[in-house]
Amino acid sequence: MHRFANPARFQRLAGAVLPWSAAATIGLFAAGLWFALFSSPPDYQQGETVRIMYVHVPSAWMAMFVYANLAIAGAVGLVWKHPLADLAAKAIAPIGATFTALCLITGSLWGQPMWGTWWVWDARLTSVLILLFLFLGHIALTNAFDDATRGSRAAAVLALVGAVNLPIIKFSVDWWNTLHQPASITRLDAPAVHPAMLTPLLLMALAFFAYFITVAILRIRAEIAARKLRTLRIAQSVDTPAVPAGRRA
Amino acid sequence: MTHAIFVWSAYGVAAALLIGLLLASLRGLRKQEAELEAADEGGRRRRNRP
Repeated sequence: MHRFANPARFQRLAGAVLPWSAAATIGLFAAGLWFALFSSPPDYQQGETVRIMYVHVPSAWMAMFVYANLAIAGAVGLVWKHPLADLAAKAIAPIGATFTALCLITGSLWGQPMWGTWWVWDARLTSVLILLFLFLGHIALTNAFDDATRGSRAAAVLALVGAVNLPIIKFSVDWWNTLHQPASITRLDAPAVHPAMLTPLLLMALAFFAYFITVAILRIRAEIAARKLRTLRIAQSVDTPAVPAGRRA
Repeated sequence: MTHAIFVWSAYGVAAALLIGLLLASLRGLRKQEAELEAADEGGRRRRNRP
């Protein structure tokens, strides 16, 4: 783990992984969308709206996965002060916010025909909305300070404190009476989903994961370039001799 | 397809958000790399000046 915290080593590794993750994203989305939209049957209760689940569930999983990574990056940045941890956290927060927003929007689009409402203040929905605010808060805090290190530190503390929301999201359907259904895939016994529906769900989940890897690499590279640029500009401003006051135009 | 408007809206929003984020990330990377290259080039020229 420590070995990959070196930006130069990360760049080499990312260069090798990027073409494969990009190809996997395209291939998995093509297969997943085919199964999700055309090959899988409608549900006997939900009808065609079950197809929304093939976008909604992977985006929910990825939102939580990205937040867990954000908290880990925050901890690594605070404790070991690894140069890459802060950059990675800054890079992945908007991806997590996008997955969370997508989860909430697609959930609403499923809820209207199935529950008869776009939104309820149910424990699962509310805790996922808080997750979106945590991501947005992280983005805002990271960019709120002139000193990037202070911004990253404040955002890392928020990410760590907000990690308490992850088990709340996961177990909200067990701890409280919610309109949202309980877990049907990540159960201790077998998944309660027919293989005809499990196939598109898992393919789309893998596609979302490959997409995350691809976009995270692009964004971390951009952050590394931005940091190099800042360092270079500071070095150049130090190198440039100051013009004596008397000679100024 | 019953409820087609909800299903296609969900996939439309997903496509818009995911493609939008991908394009924004690509554009951000290209911009930073171009600025870094220009700054690097400027620094090199300044160092080589007699």
